[in-house]
Amino acid sequence: MMFQSYAVFPHMTVEKNIAYGLEKEKTPRTALNKRVDEMLELVQLADLRTRKPNQLSGGQRQRVALARALIKQPKVLLLDEPLAALDKKLRERTQFELMNIQDELGITFVVVTHDQEEAMTLSTRIAVMESGRFEQVGTPKEIYEFPNNRFVAGFIGTINTFRGRVLTVSDEEVQVHSSDAGVNLTALGKYPVEKGDEIEIAIRPEKIFVSKDRPDDSDATCVRGIVDDLGYLGNRSLYRVRLETGKIVQVSSQNRRRSVTRFLEWEDEVWISWHPGSALVLLD
Amino acid sequence: MTWRRIAIATPYLWLLVFFLAPFAIILKISLADPVLAQPPFSQTASLENFAFLLTDKLYAVTYLRSVIMAAGATLFCLLLGFPMAYGIARANAATRSLLLLLIVLPFWISFLLRVYAWMGLLNNYGAINNLLLWLGVIDQPLQLMYTDFAVFVGLTYSYLPFMVLPLYATLERMNIDYVEAAQDLGASRTRAFWDITWPLAKPGIIAGCLLVFIPAMGEYVIPYLLGGPESLLIGRVLFDEFFVNRDWPLASAVAIVLLLLLVVPIVFLQRSRAKDGN
Repeated sequence: MMFQSYAVFPHMTVEKNIAYGLEKEKTPRTALNKRVDEMLELVQLADLRTRKPNQLSGGQRQRVALARALIKQPKVLLLDEPLAALDKKLRERTQFELMNIQDELGITFVVVTHDQEEAMTLSTRIAVMESGRFEQVGTPKEIYEFPNNRFVAGFIGTINTFRGRVLTVSDEEVQVHSSDAGVNLTALGKYPVEKGDEIEIAIRPEKIFVSKDRPDDSDATCVRGIVDDLGYLGNRSLYRVRLETGKIVQVSSQNRRRSVTRFLEWEDEVWISWHPGSALVLLD
Repeated sequence: MTWRRIAIATPYLWLLVFFLAPFAIILKISLADPVLAQPPFSQTASLENFAFLLTDKLYAVTYLRSVIMAAGATLFCLLLGFPMAYGIARANAATRSLLLLLIVLPFWISFLLRVYAWMGLLNNYGAINNLLLWLGVIDQPLQLMYTDFAVFVGLTYSYLPFMVLPLYATLERMNIDYVEAAQDLGASRTRAFWDITWPLAKPGIIAGCLLVFIPAMGEYVIPYLLGGPESLLIGRVLFDEFFVNRDWPLASAVAIVLLLLLVVPIVFLQRSRAKDGN
């Protein structure tokens, strides 16, 4: 177990902290010293072995806590918000360090976090929990692309939703009339819905294209709107497009080309479009 | 700037006027000879009084008895106070304030009255003896009053809060995660206590022990009221020399030696703590 506060014993040196678990197992001195050296090497704290915790930085303390937990070679290590106390830059670096260590040792890490991005980077499997219940368990991709329900969909990343009534259902697709979008929407896939059900169709902002002219693609779902607001984030731009129904849709597009002038301006008339395969049906 | 200086200087001034100056006076008197006059000491200076303290075995024995009595009371306060402080520190917020209030509550009653209350309890026909007689454990009253036992009980009772409060302050600040982490790493509850809780509580233990030991050492009222004629403690000797024998110089010498007995261990403790800090 690794504590959110790290709980590194303040009255013991780095070495003593790391050795504590093995000392309680009555490991012989020589074997113990060897293991401590290995651990210090692993977390790159060999130079600081005789320091006390109050002489360490937050990141170093975190690594002491990790080494202290790992020295006992547990099968599973529970990490309670391991990176919450670190600043953003350090957190990103430590994420990769954690993954490398985990790779090297082959121990299962169970990481508790409320940082969605951290969950995505660190894990091979994510369990999204709400009020003590698992909402969905799956790979980061499954969680992001195929969320089970509205909570999971909204939990990681942003998502646009359109309310609508089911028109037709088949094994391949669901057709919905959406008063939000003002048009009929299609979502590919098999969903347990029936004709007439009130459901929601959801689509991620980066799956939507925005263009000045109506796209040629006849499969695509196309809706007219005007640019309500836009934000330039460097690597990408965010658009808030107001549909004729008044519904605001968020669109995120990569800024692939370098340009000084803006491709779209406020109040420009635009088309937004997406492939029905990108849309999904959200159940409660 | 001037206000800051005044604020810093005030405690020093206080110590100078109310501690250092009286100490100098006592030191001066301790070097004088007793005379039948007003004031009752001469203007001469010699180490005769200190030499007398060394030659008369009564003083050595009394100092020793005082140290043992105070140390015993300190130990007992620690044994009683640690679990109390620990319990309070780990209790939930509402219970905690209530328990703390109960610790402080006795201070609302005069110290003297509380010692008198113990007289009522320990008397030959006091509450404890009456209870034991009624239960049939004993068939005649135990001699509890006017014994070293009574003094010991009185000291422990009176100074217990001074042990509990600093211990509580340290334990309350201590992160419970440390203990959980130790147990998670394979330490038993007892092991985790000795490895983690005890060393981390050390500042509180030291503070509590000093707060109990120092006043217990010079305590006058408790041995006077609860102790027998043979349970001589240094505080009582000091009082008797001053007011019964009117031998101010000798009494002053007794006081000076008592002060040295208390200051030396504190200096040692401070030094070891300073070393720990580095």
